[in-house]
Amino acid sequence: MGKDIREDISWAKINTDVLKSLESPRPLYWVIVGVALLMFLGGVSLEAYQYRQGMGVANLNNPHVWGLFIATFIFWIGMSHSGTLLSAILHLMHADWRKPIYRFAEAMTTFSLMTAGLFVMVHLGRLWQFYYSLPYPNERGLWPNFQSPLLWDAMAIFTYLSSSVIFLFIGMIPDLAICRDHLHPGWRKKLYTVLALGWEGTDRQWRNFRVTYLTVACYLIPLAVSVHSIVASDFAMSQQPGWHVTSFPPYFVAGALYSGCAAIITLFIILRYVFKFEEYMTLPILKKTARLTFAIAMVWTYLNAIEFASVWYSHDQASKDVLIQKATGPYAFAWWGMIICGSVVPLALAFKKVQTNIPMLFSVSLLLNLGMWLERWMIVAPTFSHGYYPWTWDHDQWPSFVQWGMVFASFGWFTLLFMIFCKVFPSVSMYEVKEMVYHRSLASKMGGKGGH
Amino acid sequence: MSQRHLLALFNNFDEAEAVIKELRETSIKGFNFDDLVLKSPIEHHEVEDVLGQRSANVQWFTLVGSILGGLLGFFLISGAQANFYSQMKGGKPIVPLPANFVLTYEMFILGGVFISVLGFLVCAGLPAKRSPLYSAKVQEDQIAILVKGDDSAVAALKAVFTKHQALEIQEEAGK
Repeated sequence: MGKDIREDISWAKINTDVLKSLESPRPLYWVIVGVALLMFLGGVSLEAYQYRQGMGVANLNNPHVWGLFIATFIFWIGMSHSGTLLSAILHLMHADWRKPIYRFAEAMTTFSLMTAGLFVMVHLGRLWQFYYSLPYPNERGLWPNFQSPLLWDAMAIFTYLSSSVIFLFIGMIPDLAICRDHLHPGWRKKLYTVLALGWEGTDRQWRNFRVTYLTVACYLIPLAVSVHSIVASDFAMSQQPGWHVTSFPPYFVAGALYSGCAAIITLFIILRYVFKFEEYMTLPILKKTARLTFAIAMVWTYLNAIEFASVWYSHDQASKDVLIQKATGPYAFAWWGMIICGSVVPLALAFKKVQTNIPMLFSVSLLLNLGMWLERWMIVAPTFSHGYYPWTWDHDQWPSFVQWGMVFASFGWFTLLFMIFCKVFPSVSMYEVKEMVYHRSLASKMGGKGGH
Repeated sequence: MSQRHLLALFNNFDEAEAVIKELRETSIKGFNFDDLVLKSPIEHHEVEDVLGQRSANVQWFTLVGSILGGLLGFFLISGAQANFYSQMKGGKPIVPLPANFVLTYEMFILGGVFISVLGFLVCAGLPAKRSPLYSAKVQEDQIAILVKGDDSAVAALKAVFTKHQALEIQEEAGK
C-alpha cells in the first residue's frame, strides 16, 4: 500500500505544491473542462428549446408529471451531503485524515446544490414563475402555502446553500492569505487580497476562527439532515402509492451520504492525478474513504430492505403493485440495476485489494454513482406510472431526449464549476495539512501513534 | 514618549513560547504584555497557556443570531397565515405549530450561521489593514511575535528576542 503524508514534509513545500496546482495542472484538466463545457452548452440549447416549445418536448405529461428532472434534483441534493460529512462530522470527531480532502468535498457540496437548484427551474418550465416557490405574496396578497414540503424545500435548500458557501469561505481564509502572500501580482493576487480580509494569522484571529468554524460545523450537521428529510417529505407526505413510508427521511439521508461518498472517491482520484496531489491525497486516505463508503452502503441497503418490507406488509395493495411493477415491469432493468450497483457492487469495497487499487476503485465509484442515480429515478417514475386509479396507469411513457440531455448536461455544469474552483482556489487545505503534519510529528516524538 | 513596534520571527513554536514566557515573567518598563501578538501559520492551542486566557465571544453572536432568526421566521410565517382575508382556513388552525416548526428551525439555523460570521469578523478584527510590521514567512513556516513598547523598552525586548535565536527582527516606529 502507498505511504501516508510524510511527517517530515516541510511547511514551505506544502505551500509550494498546493500553489503549483493553481498554475500548472496536467493537460487532462483542459480536456475535462472542454468536455464539461460542451455538455453544459448542450444543456443550455435544450433548455432554450424547451422554453420556446413548451414542456411537451420533455414528455412530462399526465400521469408522469415528475420525471428525470426531479429525480436528478434529488441526486444532486444528495451529492451535497458528502461535504458536510467530511468537513463537519469528521471535524467534530477529530479525524485528521479528512484534512487534505475536505476542501474539495465542501466545494462539491456547494456546486451540487447549485446544480440541484437549476433543476427546480428547469422542471418548472415557466422560468418567470420561479418566485412562486419563495415566501413572497403575489399581487392578490396570497402567500405560498407554508405547510407544503415544497416550500420547506426551497427554504431548506437556500439555508443549506448559503451556509455551505459561508462554511467553505470561512475555512479558506487562512489559505487565501497564503495565496495573497506568495503569488505574483496580477488579477489573482488582487482577488486573494480582497477575499483574505487582511488575515495575518494572529492569535486573536485563530482563536475566533476556531470557534466560528466549530459553530458553523455544528449547525451544518442538523441542517444537512433536515434538508434531505424535507426532500423526503416531498414524497412521504403525499398520498401516492409507494411514497407514504415512515422510513423515507432516514432512507434519503443514508442515500445522500452514500452517493456523496462515492462521488468523493471519483473526484479524489481525478484531482489526485490532474493536480499531481499524490503526496497529499494518499492511498491510506483513499482506503479510509472506501471503508466509510462501504459502511454507509450497508446502511443504505438495510434501509432499502426496510422500505420494501414496509410496503410489502402495509396491506396497501396499490403500493405493493408499484413495488411488483418496479421489479417486473418496464423499469425492471433500472430497478435491478439500482440493487446491483447500490448493494452488490459495494461489497467489493470490503476487500483490501480494491480499497487501494485506483482503477478498480474508480470504476466501482462510478457504478455506485450510477446506482444512486437509478435509485432516485426509481423513487419518482414508477409511482407515477401505476397510481391508485387505472386511468393513471401508463407504463409506456418514456423520458424524451430533452430530459436525458438535461441530466447529461448537469454533470457538465457541475464538473465545469468544480474544475474552475479547483484551478482558482486551493483544493487542498494548506494550513490544515500543516496542522496534521505538526501534530503527527509531535505525537511521534512523544512516542505516541499520532492523531489518527 | 513615542512607541515602537517590533516583530521577531522564530523557527518554531518552542522558541516563540520561551520568548512569550520570558516577556511575561520579566517586567520591562514601557512594555505591556497584553499588547503582545503572536502570528503563526497554524493554530496552536498550547500557546493559550502562555499567552493567558484571551476571550473569543463568537458564541454569543451565534446565540443571539439563532434566537432572532427563529423568532423572525416564526412571526413572518404566522403573520402571513394570520392574514384572514387572503388565506382560506377551512376550519384548520390559523397558525399550525407543528408545520411551522420546520421553517422556524431553518431560520434559526440561518440566523445563527449569518450572525456567527458577523461575530467572527467583529471579534477577529476583520477585514483589517496590514499591520505596521508583517512578514509573508508567517504564512509559510515561521512564527512571529509582534510587540509594542516605549523607546526605553526596545533594547530590552530586542535582547530577549536575540537570546532566543530570533531569525529576524523588524523594527518600525509605532503610533
